[in-house]
Amino acid sequence: MMYYSRLRLLGVAGICLIGVLLCLPNFLRSPSPSLPWRQIHLGLDLRGGSYLLLQLDLKSLEHDRLQSLQDQARQTLLDRSLGYRDFARDDASASLSFMPRSDAERDAALKAMQSLPPVVPNEFTTSEKDGRIVLTLQHDAMLARAREAVAQSIEIVRRRIDATGAIDPSIAREGDDRIVVELPGVSDPERIKSLLGTTARLTFRLLAPNPSVASPGSTMLEDESVHTQVAVQDHVDVDGTDLTNAGAVIDQQSGGWAVTFQLNSAGATAFANVTRANVGKRFAIVLDNKVIEAPNIISPITAGNGQITGGFDARSASDLALLLRAGALPAPLSVVEQRTIGPSLGAASIHAGIISLLTGLLLVIAFMVLFYGRFGLYADIALFANLILMVAILSLFQATLTLPGMAGMLLTLGMAVDANILINERIREEVKRGRGPLQALQAGFDRATGTIIDSNATAFLAHVMLFVFGTGPVRNFALTITIGIVTTLFTTLLLSRLLVVRWYALARPKELPV
Amino acid sequence: MLSRPLFRFVRDDRRINFMRGRHMGLIVSAVLSIASVILFFQPGLKLGLDFRGGIIVEAQTPGPADFGKLRAALDHAGIHPDAVQAFGSPRDVRISINAPEGADREAQTQKLVDGVKSAISAAEPGTQVLRADAVGASVSSELFRDGLLALGFSLAMILIYIWVRFEREFAISAVVTLILDLTKTVGFLAITRFEFDLVMVAALLTILGYSTNDKVVVYDRIRENLRKYRTMPLRELLDLSINETLNRTLGTSMTVFLAALPLALFGGSTLTGFATVMLFGIVVGTSSSIFIAAPLLLLMGEKRLRKEVAAD
Repeated sequence: MMYYSRLRLLGVAGICLIGVLLCLPNFLRSPSPSLPWRQIHLGLDLRGGSYLLLQLDLKSLEHDRLQSLQDQARQTLLDRSLGYRDFARDDASASLSFMPRSDAERDAALKAMQSLPPVVPNEFTTSEKDGRIVLTLQHDAMLARAREAVAQSIEIVRRRIDATGAIDPSIAREGDDRIVVELPGVSDPERIKSLLGTTARLTFRLLAPNPSVASPGSTMLEDESVHTQVAVQDHVDVDGTDLTNAGAVIDQQSGGWAVTFQLNSAGATAFANVTRANVGKRFAIVLDNKVIEAPNIISPITAGNGQITGGFDARSASDLALLLRAGALPAPLSVVEQRTIGPSLGAASIHAGIISLLTGLLLVIAFMVLFYGRFGLYADIALFANLILMVAILSLFQATLTLPGMAGMLLTLGMAVDANILINERIREEVKRGRGPLQALQAGFDRATGTIIDSNATAFLAHVMLFVFGTGPVRNFALTITIGIVTTLFTTLLLSRLLVVRWYALARPKELPV
Repeated sequence: MLSRPLFRFVRDDRRINFMRGRHMGLIVSAVLSIASVILFFQPGLKLGLDFRGGIIVEAQTPGPADFGKLRAALDHAGIHPDAVQAFGSPRDVRISINAPEGADREAQTQKLVDGVKSAISAAEPGTQVLRADAVGASVSSELFRDGLLALGFSLAMILIYIWVRFEREFAISAVVTLILDLTKTVGFLAITRFEFDLVMVAALLTILGYSTNDKVVVYDRIRENLRKYRTMPLRELLDLSINETLNRTLGTSMTVFLAALPLALFGGSTLTGFATVMLFGIVVGTSSSIFIAAPLLLLMGEKRLRKEVAAD
């Protein structure tokens, strides 16, 4: 181990050089857009910004699916002229059940239910209980649906956030039913929260024949334009998914704000059919289970466009248009965790982090020189290389650096010299035992290596666990330490040893400075 | 030229009889740990926002903060904070509210934070919000569970690693020592009232990792000496090993201590608690490497370790 081949020398020097090059993008502007210019991202705690954790409402997803399944089931029974009574929906057990008209039709009804197309495989089971036919949604299938819904929601959330002009947002899935949104530089996330908190499911439905009482097949909903409850039919005539465009305009007649919309051809046809058949009746425009307005149908609307006037102001009209353009969420999202860091606190944290890092580095460097002399100085050079390599690897992965991450780097630097201390103490012992300089160096390096690997392996394992099970700030901390352990092994086992060996080869000292 | 070292912690030929104080060390350690466990239950840890759920808004008012006015403004908005306190400069205000109870508490928590922000900026125009955090109850209990899982798995990994690399006595003494270290740190947290949050879990784990590292180095030397001095009594051998590694033990503790010190002094509110607990942990971890880990080994392995080696 006392002889370093030229190849090895070049290898170590090359890695250090690559490290320096990889660090550069963090300090310089990219000279050309074609160069890969990878930088460390600053975390929200250093940069200022907002973090939102959104939870998809599984219950509502289940509820919606039960409702559509009920519609399908009724239609199928009707198509096959099978009778039923007492059709019940139970959200708590996620099931539907009904009584067939007669025992004779039971098997046929059961078969009809089994023929219903599932949205995901094994979505529901059909069974018989006390003469009733029961359809039950399966939890695993609903989780699969939730994952799908989260994927769709991420797209819609992204479109909504992009429309607000937020810079560099990051939107990612977490677990089965959650979405993490990070908004750098947004210190007041209220508008985005309200945009994301709106499902924006727009439907057009007829009012029940008697709008003042609920009847089967209709639900009482709040009419926001007059603040009363009206009965609206459950059957959806036209759905917002058929919307192709929406915009905020000033209404020519009233002078107030309104939202115009344009339907695709399927939507336009449906709209034309309903309005033609129901002239004189009231047609409700329902957004997220609230009636915005329910105007009378004066004449059939066949062009597939329309206007919603519901007491909007400029802001609410443009927000609704934005939401309609971006599309409805498959299920409501609610914020379960939010963290906002103001820009001044972020700047103060960077400052505190850098001051601590530099002071810590200086203290450790001074300690090593005072307690370990020349070899301590070599350890310090290795320490500096260690810092550069850590920054290089973080840049290469375009990792995010947070304040706990900076603490991790600092602690790595404190721990990194441990390996050098172990080697030095070992060399010193060998010298005391009367070995010559070369043998002492050799024995010191060789014997300390096992100890170094043992002690770093335990720290490595502990921090990998922390990374796997940790969340948020803890993960970042664990990540920098884990990377730090790898760079430490390189810089102490290869670089600082190389420095000592080169020095020995050049100086040929009679005694070692330990 | 700074060629030779200027300082040493202990002279190389110094042989301190650590084993003589082993009973004392173990008793002191046990007493401290038991006291810590009591402190853990009464008064208990001060849970941070991550684990307790609720709201914290930190703001900086344009002039010295008028707490009465801010309280009145919040009260007017129908918000009843659990604490309105100063932190840092006289312009800095921290408002904390525990997680609301009730069915729609998740939504309530998220709404409250906006209410607090608008109430204080209406009362003191020009107020800057430094930080506004709201953690729902379900999230906080998950974070707590994940934090404890991380702690548990790390401890298990350390046990397995030492078991594989060393003998059973070593692994058990190491884990017992680590648990003693950990309980003392928890006691320290209970006394100092630092908030126990995710970052603190990271601090505990780092202490754990660091302390293990220290023990591994001493054990490594003990193992080596067990092979080298086949007839030396275990007690003498442990003393020799601790003394041989003493400069290293103190040196490494010193560098980690020096690295963590600036964080405790200038790290800002997020990191001060973390770094102070680290400093405590380093002192505890280092002393337990010397006074606890090896004596435990002597207690457990006096017969077995020596006999086994002799029989090789």
